[in-house]
Amino acid sequence: MPHSQAKPPKVTVRDLNFYYGKFHALKNINLEIPEKQVTAFIGPSGCGKSTLLRTFNRMYQLYPGQEAKGEILMDGANILDKKQDLNILRAKMGMVFQKPTPFPMSIFDNVAFGVKLYDSLSRRELAERVEWALRKAALWDEVKDKLGQGGTSLSGGQQQRLCIARSIAVKPEVVLLDEPASALDPISTARIEELIFELKEDYTIAIVTHNMQQAARVSDYTAYMYLGELIEFGDTDTIFTTPKQKATEDYITGKFG
Amino acid sequence: MLSIYTRRRIINFFNLTASMLAMAFGLFWLAWILFTLVQKGLGGISIALFTQMTPPPGSAGGLLNAIAGSAVMATLATLIGTPIGIMAGTYLAEFGQRGWLAPTTRFINDILLSAPSIVIGLFIYTVYVAKVGHFSGWAGILALSLIVIPVVVRTTEDMLRLVPDSLREAAAALGAPQWKVVTLVTWRASKAGMVTGVLLAVARISGETAPLLFTALNNQFWSADMNKPMANLPVVIFQFAMSPYEDWQKLAWAGALLITIGVLGLNIAARIMFRKNSSLN
Amino acid sequence: MSKSLSSATTNRHYLFDRIFRYTTLLFAFLVFALLAGIIASLIIGSIPAIKEFGIGFVYSAEWNPVTEKFGALVPIVGTLVTSIIALAIGIPVSFGIALFLTEMSPPWLRRPLGTAIELLAGIPSIIYGMWGLFVFAPVFAEYVQPWLKATFGDSQLIGFLFEGAPMGIGILTAGIILAIMVIPFIAAVMRDVFEIVPPLLKESAYGLGATTWEVAWNVVLPYTKIGVVGGIMLGLGRALGETMAVTFVIGNAHKLHTSLFMPGNSIASALANEFTEADGELYTSSLIELGLILFFITFVVLASSKILLSQLKKREGKVT
Repeated sequence: MPHSQAKPPKVTVRDLNFYYGKFHALKNINLEIPEKQVTAFIGPSGCGKSTLLRTFNRMYQLYPGQEAKGEILMDGANILDKKQDLNILRAKMGMVFQKPTPFPMSIFDNVAFGVKLYDSLSRRELAERVEWALRKAALWDEVKDKLGQGGTSLSGGQQQRLCIARSIAVKPEVVLLDEPASALDPISTARIEELIFELKEDYTIAIVTHNMQQAARVSDYTAYMYLGELIEFGDTDTIFTTPKQKATEDYITGKFG
Repeated sequence: MLSIYTRRRIINFFNLTASMLAMAFGLFWLAWILFTLVQKGLGGISIALFTQMTPPPGSAGGLLNAIAGSAVMATLATLIGTPIGIMAGTYLAEFGQRGWLAPTTRFINDILLSAPSIVIGLFIYTVYVAKVGHFSGWAGILALSLIVIPVVVRTTEDMLRLVPDSLREAAAALGAPQWKVVTLVTWRASKAGMVTGVLLAVARISGETAPLLFTALNNQFWSADMNKPMANLPVVIFQFAMSPYEDWQKLAWAGALLITIGVLGLNIAARIMFRKNSSLN
Repeated sequence: MSKSLSSATTNRHYLFDRIFRYTTLLFAFLVFALLAGIIASLIIGSIPAIKEFGIGFVYSAEWNPVTEKFGALVPIVGTLVTSIIALAIGIPVSFGIALFLTEMSPPWLRRPLGTAIELLAGIPSIIYGMWGLFVFAPVFAEYVQPWLKATFGDSQLIGFLFEGAPMGIGILTAGIILAIMVIPFIAAVMRDVFEIVPPLLKESAYGLGATTWEVAWNVVLPYTKIGVVGGIMLGLGRALGETMAVTFVIGNAHKLHTSLFMPGNSIASALANEFTEADGELYTSSLIELGLILFFITFVVLASSKILLSQLKKREGKVT
């Protein structure tokens, strides 16, 4: 089992509270996300799992009235600190969204977009990086002959893999996946899940999903959340076979949710 | 029972027929106006119209200086108004979530959008023409660009708001600073819509007469000097149509046909452009 | 990894972010300042006239450039009366068009007909003016005005409205041309707001056996009344400020008449006709004050239309 020996935490969440205006959306969250492992967040809609994920790269700061209090440490540094550079944080924390979000530009430019922000590579190096990322995302063979075409011309599953390629092209340390397969068909979903398995060789992965089978298949650790609280967190096998909390058991066995 | 039902049926039939007649009424004017333009204007369309200057009364001529003047003023006004409109519209859509400036500006922009254009002319007259002491092409350009700005602000904001937030988030999630998110992603995603807005603005100013009366005025001759009064199609049409000379009136109808074809053509082009764009997404 | 994320790069990003944000803010502020500038310049321009005539300017009907006595009553009345005529004709017709487009038209006709009506809005106003003067007015004088006179002329109640020789041009003609111009604006807004009525609401009325007209009158119209009024105000704003179309056909006479057949004047056409020829500070200033009054009236009308339409939007947000 990959998680038989404890890995050092990559991200540590301490006493995290989150507010949408007056609404208290996350309540005293504490947890550690281990390095180069897959951690899944499950729970019913509105439980705060996506909100939690969006605090990791402070995506909430795009909108007024949203506020996080507490600490989130990445490699020991608090990323909620005002001094933390937002753009650098986001370059280190890749994110893939529920629906594919190809930019209105060519496939090549989509992948190169993030790379060009921080690295000044030569044309050849850039091409190599794009190819590397597309190979990693298992998309290269399908698109290598049409890199100049628009990203929107791809199918939904391909678009989502393009988005994954786009975020890993930046060489992040953590990849945040916000229900990455919820808008996809079963075959595309299976490919994304395979991909997640391969990606954890190099990256720490946090995935939000409302599909429990998916969590069970891809993750090493699972966190169950309900109404803004972290109910239970542990390795996936334990959570799915012998959960400690009655609430977790009810959710997993389908009695609730 | 039956009588109530029959009465309802009759009312319904009567009112729906009236509604159909209203539709026909609207189309009737469009058809009549277009017919008049073709009937009276087509005879005046000739090579001379595009190669000769506006004539003194009683002799033949064309509308070259007026067409050129209109084209120059519309182009420059668009070039001035578009960037201002796009930047302001971008502020409203991308940065305007907090503070008082955005809602206030949005409100004011909508007022300017339908404010009487003659007041815009009056404004440019008092702040510019009266100060420099003479009518000029530049004054006309300024007045027209003030009409372009609100149109472009409005369409830019509307089009940027159509771009889903997820696209902005995706770009931000890669570590892109906001100005790159806006210029490289959201502007690009709404490009066709923004072009539509500019086309509509050009269509609007191409036919505007009122604001030019006190600004560019008119010029009987060719003038490339923007500091002098400048010939332009709408004002020439106005003056020639109101004149007692038959030659002039004929030219006015030809000009009216030209301007209508141009404006309606731009309108239709804008629609096609927008439809193409919206069917893509 | 972190080495490539040099602080120089991100500092540059933040600098550009700030520059970009403040540039857009500056231009947004420019739009704001524009309105302030227009109001300020019109007020400053009208100071001589305000000093000379005071509030009497608004209700004096005298307009005499020779003696330099100016009053705005005639153009104000002309502006209001032509706009009222335009709305009286335009509102029912626009409602009919919107109803036809949303409830009756076969789907394949909807777009071409809608576009045709919108094109009517695209025709430059000077074209309406020329057409009105040279084509519509003669027809109107020959066929419609005699008929109006014969039908209503002897009426005790409204006969005075149709006195005088049928000349074709005058207040009534201007009002009708304005009606043709505002119909597309009002109809477009009405169609848009009719389209937001939830289908469920209409279906439940149809389910009770209501006729199309009953659904339109008792369900669609009450549901959208704020938006409809907003659209009408928008059309009114257009009509009040329209210059060229009115200038051609209103007759440009600074006289007050009770008959709609007689020539009159509107604020915008007075400006268009006289401004460039005005000599003397007082004359110019009086015209600018006219412009100020026009701007004030349209500002109030447009602002109320904006507020009404935004209320509808708010409610729409709540319902869906």
